[in-house]
Amino acid sequence: MSEYRYKLPDVGEGVVEAEIVEWRIKVGDTVEEDQPILDVMTDKATVEVPCAVNGVVTKIVGEPGDVIPVGTEILFIDTSGAPAPSAEDVPPPPAGEVSSESETEGADAKAEPSPPRPAEPATPPASEGRKNKAAPVARAEGDKPLASPAVRQRARENDVDLGTVPGTGPAGRITHQDLDDFIASGGRLSARAGGSGSGRSKRTGVEEQKIIGLRRKIAENMVKAKTTIPHIAYVEEIDLTALEDLRAHLNARKRDDQPKLTLIPFLAAALCRALPDTPQANAHYDTEAGVLTKYEGVHLGVATATPNGLMVPTIKHAEAMDVWELAAELGRLARAARDGKATKDELSGSTITITSLGAIGGLVTTPVINLPETAIIGVNKMQELPRFDAGGRVVPKKLMNLSSSFDHRIVDGYEAAVLIQNVKGYLENPATLFMP
Amino acid sequence: MSDLTCDVLVVGGGPGGYPAAIRAGQLGLDTIIVDKDGWGGTCLNRGCIPSKAFIHAADKFADMVHHAESGKLGISLSAKPKLDMKGLVAWKDEIVGKLTGGVEQLLKAAKVKAISGWAEFEDAKTCTVTLEDGSTQKITAKNVILATGSVEVELPFLKFGGKVIGSTGALDLEKLPEKLVVVGGGYIGLELGIAYRKLGSEVTFVEALDRILPVYDKELTRPITRWLKEHDVTVHTSCKAKGVVEEGGKTFLEFETVKGGTERLEADNILVSVGRKPNMSGWGLEKMGIPNDGKFLKVNERCETGMRGVYALGDLTGEPLLAHRATAQGERVAEIIAGHRTVFDPVAIAAVCFTEPEIVGVGLTPDEAKDKGETVITGKFPLAANGRYLSMEGGADGGFIRITARESDHVILGIHAVGKHVSELSGEFALAMEMGARLEDIAGTVHVHPTLTEGFAEAALAALGHPIHISAPKK
Repeated sequence: MSEYRYKLPDVGEGVVEAEIVEWRIKVGDTVEEDQPILDVMTDKATVEVPCAVNGVVTKIVGEPGDVIPVGTEILFIDTSGAPAPSAEDVPPPPAGEVSSESETEGADAKAEPSPPRPAEPATPPASEGRKNKAAPVARAEGDKPLASPAVRQRARENDVDLGTVPGTGPAGRITHQDLDDFIASGGRLSARAGGSGSGRSKRTGVEEQKIIGLRRKIAENMVKAKTTIPHIAYVEEIDLTALEDLRAHLNARKRDDQPKLTLIPFLAAALCRALPDTPQANAHYDTEAGVLTKYEGVHLGVATATPNGLMVPTIKHAEAMDVWELAAELGRLARAARDGKATKDELSGSTITITSLGAIGGLVTTPVINLPETAIIGVNKMQELPRFDAGGRVVPKKLMNLSSSFDHRIVDGYEAAVLIQNVKGYLENPATLFMP
Repeated sequence: MSDLTCDVLVVGGGPGGYPAAIRAGQLGLDTIIVDKDGWGGTCLNRGCIPSKAFIHAADKFADMVHHAESGKLGISLSAKPKLDMKGLVAWKDEIVGKLTGGVEQLLKAAKVKAISGWAEFEDAKTCTVTLEDGSTQKITAKNVILATGSVEVELPFLKFGGKVIGSTGALDLEKLPEKLVVVGGGYIGLELGIAYRKLGSEVTFVEALDRILPVYDKELTRPITRWLKEHDVTVHTSCKAKGVVEEGGKTFLEFETVKGGTERLEADNILVSVGRKPNMSGWGLEKMGIPNDGKFLKVNERCETGMRGVYALGDLTGEPLLAHRATAQGERVAEIIAGHRTVFDPVAIAAVCFTEPEIVGVGLTPDEAKDKGETVITGKFPLAANGRYLSMEGGADGGFIRITARESDHVILGIHAVGKHVSELSGEFALAMEMGARLEDIAGTVHVHPTLTEGFAEAALAALGHPIHISAPKK
């Protein structure tokens, strides 16, 4: 048997380790060259790792959640019966191979006692693949709970709404035992016509979730940012009445090929104009080297909620775009991030970040700085509120709080205030955003 | 006669009404049931049961003709069998009589007062029954169960009478029609038309839509289309019947062709089977103050109408118009009136066409499931690969069993089959749906050899990608 030991290749510039997110193959599978075998998570992006040879998988090292140094032997492939790869097909030995010898052994030693990942339970054919691993318990909204007629009838007699009962059977089917457990735990809906009680049930379920992948990355970054950066928060009220009129006007007259404008492109444009006066807020602070790198260009990170978690796609050189270009780029990046198609490059390199919870509501936020940046701007909810005008009359104004955090080691309170006041000036007098 | 009062008044003694009355009686409720046209309703008297008797006799006759002609299975007859329509109808009537008599006994045993007569409501809780002797009886009830069923749809230009018959008339013909034209390619027309073909009639269908049995997908109806073709039954699809023409002592059905031309078909009888409609008139519904839901009565899952204490069930309350649905509703309604906490809430209701071959369906077809946004996998097992099927002379008719399941969790969404005797599989199919079975549950149940039910397990295995008795589908 000729065995090929496949090592975790270099998955990106400067990446020395990666976290296993999901194996796409299992022991016994036949693999082909270039077939994706593994998803790993690096600093920001999830990367597919392709196979290098043809053969049959004999051993897999590492479980999802394990962080593995580049160069670790992760896959043993029996290549007898498959043509051996030609010399040029073999990936060059990854850089970490020699230097991380001890790490490699460590990883091996850790993985050795754990048996290779068992074959899928039950007997799903290869074609079903990974889709049917565990019995899903969660029900989609509106789905009828899966239960036999006898269970359904007993639930009715006991005033139990089966939709609230967790099912432990296959495909989340609710068994008699599940119903008994639910009732025993006090999960009975006793409020019926003429009855008593609140009609509420105790929720007794506990779910343990392994924090891996992007979530772990976010957790690590947050701890680092919050424990190493002394944040200073600054909040100002911005009168958006004029900007909102302009925005409505522009959207009403926009061409079909132009994107709809939200507030963010205007805020981005205002930041791009204000930042040159406060360059230390558009910078990276390398604490180890003791160097602050101030950027002329504005690479604007925009925190985006995606199905896979929080991501920060970046508009590169936002200062060179008008509001429509900003809106279009913003839309494109947000879509790519949500679809999981954003490249590593698109998810890195920001010099200042905007985070917006405005659509949900909230008066003020104290955003956490996106390392190694020195400033972050948070958008809050806009609402129409009464204010005095110059003549002392109460008038309706469209007002929004702009929250911001700065690295107080680099940005003084005064400087932070100047930046935000400048931004306020642009946003409250939107014509100035369009002046040369 | 002195006025009667009761806890429960059931109007209609069909497969919805009489089980409701029996169950109410079992539960100790003072119950009265009223019907004019014989216990058992359409189902027992002029529907499900007599038509199945008819179909069985037709099968037997056709089989004997076959033996006489070909000596198949090594069994031959020295002469062709002879058909005595009067004898057939009498035998069928005997079965009907046995069953309707049985219902009357069951009602009595459950202490239900059964009154033969025509009920007409004055208000939601009071009705007057005109008895067979012409006298009247007033009844006031605390609870009323409406179970008046449905009636055949009559076409205004093809009124029943003379040679134009409905499904009821088709079960009582004294003479076998040499030429039978069936208007309507739904399941009732097909069941009866096929039976008449087996008895020796020359049968032609005229259907307004572009195919027969449009509620089923083409894969399911193909074996039936094939049988019709093999037995020289012409089906004129996308053709509209226009009326009857009498000429030279002969009767013709006139119909409009796809292209707009007019053609005619000679007929000894014209069977009009274009559907059924709820029986909503002639019994005082309009005086009860009950809201409608389109052409049906509106009820909730407790079968409650908009009027307090008035329940409705069966064909009055909407699709599917099936006896077993009405029966299940009837039992639930009686229990609800008795204070039980229950509802009529099935996962699915199976339907059967006793055509040649038979069709049974429960739940969603693959197309219906996709329309509901499901991603599905299907497994199909041809009955030609089932030993029992072959031993019953099946196998050449294209019969199969098909399972549709959700791809993500393998929960079964629908089960369909076409083939000889597959109607008897409907119970397991419905049970699988009600129990929330996954493909693995069916595949993991040991099915008896040699029976058709093995084909059900094989269909589940096929959906899982590893059937035993056919080669695994390539994916």
